[in-house]
Amino acid sequence: MQAAGAAALACGPLRLWAVPATVAKTRFVLVLLRGGYDAASLLIPYQSSFYYEVRPNIAIARPGSGADSAKALDGTWALHPALSRSIYPLYQAKQVAFIPFAGSQDKSRSHFHAQDILELGQGYDARLEYGSGFLNRTVEVLGHAGHGGVSFTDNLPLVFKGKANVSNLGVKRGDKHALNQRQSDLLEKMYEGTSLGQNVHDGLETRRQMGDELQQEMIDSARGAANAKNFEQKARRMARLMVDNANYSVGFVDVGGWDTHVHQGAAQGTLSDRLRSLGEGLAGFAQEMGPAWRDTVVVVASEFGRTFRENGDKGTDHGHGSVIWVLGGGIAGGRVAGEQIGVSYDSLFQNRDFNVLNEYRSLLGYVFARQYGFDNTGLEYIFPGAASARYAFL
Amino acid sequence: MAPFLRMGCLLPLMALAASSAVAANPQLSLSDVQALNRFTYGANDSAAAVYAASGRAAFWASQLHFTGDASLPPQASAAIRQMTISGMPARDIVNAYEEEVKRLKDLPEGEGRKASHKALNERYHFVVEEAQRRHIIRALYSGNQLQEQLTWFWFNHFNVFQGKEKVKLVVADYEETAIRPHVFGRFRDLLLATLMHPAMLLYLDNAQNAEGHINENYARELLELHTLGVDAGYTQQDVQELARILTGVGVNLDGKPVKVGPRLRRYYVSQGLFAFHPHRHDFGDKIFLGHRITGRGFDEVAEVVDILCTHPATARFISRKLAVYFMGDEPPANVLQRMQDAFSASRGDIAHTLQAMFESSEFWRADFLGRKFKDPVQYVFSSVRLVYDGRMITNYKPVLNWLHALDEPLYGHQTPDGYGMKQKDWASSGQMARRFEIARLVANAGPKLFGPPDSDNAQDMPATAARIAQPDMTQSRTSSLMLPLLSEKTSEALAQTKDNREWTALFLSTPEFMYR
Repeated sequence: MQAAGAAALACGPLRLWAVPATVAKTRFVLVLLRGGYDAASLLIPYQSSFYYEVRPNIAIARPGSGADSAKALDGTWALHPALSRSIYPLYQAKQVAFIPFAGSQDKSRSHFHAQDILELGQGYDARLEYGSGFLNRTVEVLGHAGHGGVSFTDNLPLVFKGKANVSNLGVKRGDKHALNQRQSDLLEKMYEGTSLGQNVHDGLETRRQMGDELQQEMIDSARGAANAKNFEQKARRMARLMVDNANYSVGFVDVGGWDTHVHQGAAQGTLSDRLRSLGEGLAGFAQEMGPAWRDTVVVVASEFGRTFRENGDKGTDHGHGSVIWVLGGGIAGGRVAGEQIGVSYDSLFQNRDFNVLNEYRSLLGYVFARQYGFDNTGLEYIFPGAASARYAFL
Repeated sequence: MAPFLRMGCLLPLMALAASSAVAANPQLSLSDVQALNRFTYGANDSAAAVYAASGRAAFWASQLHFTGDASLPPQASAAIRQMTISGMPARDIVNAYEEEVKRLKDLPEGEGRKASHKALNERYHFVVEEAQRRHIIRALYSGNQLQEQLTWFWFNHFNVFQGKEKVKLVVADYEETAIRPHVFGRFRDLLLATLMHPAMLLYLDNAQNAEGHINENYARELLELHTLGVDAGYTQQDVQELARILTGVGVNLDGKPVKVGPRLRRYYVSQGLFAFHPHRHDFGDKIFLGHRITGRGFDEVAEVVDILCTHPATARFISRKLAVYFMGDEPPANVLQRMQDAFSASRGDIAHTLQAMFESSEFWRADFLGRKFKDPVQYVFSSVRLVYDGRMITNYKPVLNWLHALDEPLYGHQTPDGYGMKQKDWASSGQMARRFEIARLVANAGPKLFGPPDSDNAQDMPATAARIAQPDMTQSRTSSLMLPLLSEKTSEALAQTKDNREWTALFLSTPEFMYR
């Protein structure tokens, strides 16, 4: 199975996939939390005394035990309080689902390796083809329906490397030096007909749009609009670019700073700040998408989870299973979905981490199948050898 | 000779003037200028003068051996000598850092200690900053440009990431002692120098690799990235056996003598921050690539290094990588074969391998010249060299920022594979657009580059510097030498620029300037 998948990667798509016309408005965004975020601080297994026992300094208090306590989502799980104003309302509106015990089955616990594995999406035993990330393959399969990829990063990440042409733009810096129209035209003319012509055209076009977005932002802020912080500002820009540009239908962004080995904090602290800013960004993105949010799915994932027990430095070390978030205006969210087991001493993976019961490729494959109507051939091309799975949130 | 480049000039005039510029300097043919773009980070008038005076073969031959900082202008070598990293051995830097860390452990836990920890790490970031500045000074101004390019190349081949834990403390020393002296020497010496350097051992976790606690990270990369290359036919079993051979190969950071029992004492090896810990080593025999390796301590490592360095796959892998760096994504098979033969025949002599490339007729042929898409480091250095030539800049911040903006900061690649070398790695749409912006910044950066160190404010610049700050590219002989390379479309676009600065920015943005 794996070998067949790898062979398909090497040869490229063997036929045109049938992609239904109705997927035209559909958008997908992957948010990759680089560094391995502590999922047990996002979703609190608040019924588990084991959780409170092994996290004496960093556990989040049970729901209903004060201002800093977790927000209950169901009878088992509760949400970090830093997300109570951003993600919790979306959860109540059934626009967020969480899938615990999820992630990649890579066991290296190495950031580099685990991120590569996740971004390539080629499985765990196959020889890795570094020129082919799974989002690029997704764009390839979608290619015939006029969809394109956009990476909101300074360089093209592994997940988007591959045969399909994908634009990239960092949405944070360097924007004030944008070229004027005459200069852009001169540049385009010089490159016309060269092997770089298409990229130069796409790049200049994207930068021009970025320029427009920033101008609009300046006008908005002059009207007294709130000054959004870091990720929220970026996320809102991403949303506007995606709404304005029909071709940007598969997006990617990464957020760093989750490698909390030391003093990660609990309801307050480093990790809490990170989660708050992430939550505000995602909620801002949802809001900025406007009516298009209904046809948009955002998935938040990380290369691995962290140790279930806190370490000697009031932090957590590299672990295994994580929690994947699925957000979207049209999903059947408001639930914690997927395969689950009780959180106890016996159920840990290698006596230290969350297990992976919901493999991320199967999960994303399901999302893509539902969202885009891909058939098995398309899915097999994107995630060779991945098992099929079903989830209740979509 | 300048006016023909100015605004509103007509294309035929330009071509005419360009050919007369070549005629005025008969020693430099078009292929010479193009080759100069490869022997150096980028041609400029000063390099062209040296090249013209010495002649083609003598020029590259004179560069093919290690000359240290001897070919730097005095002002540049003085700037390097004044750096802390020039006077303070890595061992002292690490020891001092470790001392401070120990002191912090006595502080009460909490925000205060955390802040002190952060401040400590920020303070020791000076090692990285100085090393970056040193690297840029050499790249821009060293007369031995081949040496400086190869320093970057081999660092990237044996990549370490300064952001991983304590690597930042030793990254300057890594470049200075493990990489740079060996860039033209035996590949074996280079490999062994990286293998015995704390930067590599910390970065790829071999410092933790011990019998019973195997860490395969370094063993795998040593085969896949440093020597044989992926697909060379080694197996997972070979990786595991190599990891066993490498057990105990580690560091000694606090400078205290390592306790080794009397039975194992004679196996203990220590050299600066490097240490081979026999009590962590697996003394059993191993089978590696079909060879039986008798368990006997660090000598096993020397044995496998020999096996790896004389392996034909290594000759092939290294030759191709060098050829890609200089000649482009698909170097001609002929050249690769000759380099590979030279590598093997000379027992891995890097200078010989390069010589085989430079002596091949393909290296000089018009259809193979100008085929190498510059990575951002080559692009930024070639731009600054061309526009500002020999006048030594005083502020390196903008150059660092440009490398960062183009996503190729020095010592900043997280993963052991190093930065990619091919067009597909650096020619994405976002990269191209940003390159054009950087070109504009370079063309207008004079006041900043000649301003006070670490300043991003042009206002800070002294009045004397202002006069030389913004050179007139139209006075550059080198750029006029390159004009015949330009396509008709490029020339037409250049002719429509409004002033010298815009001309400069656009010249740095031409398709032709993206390649070497």
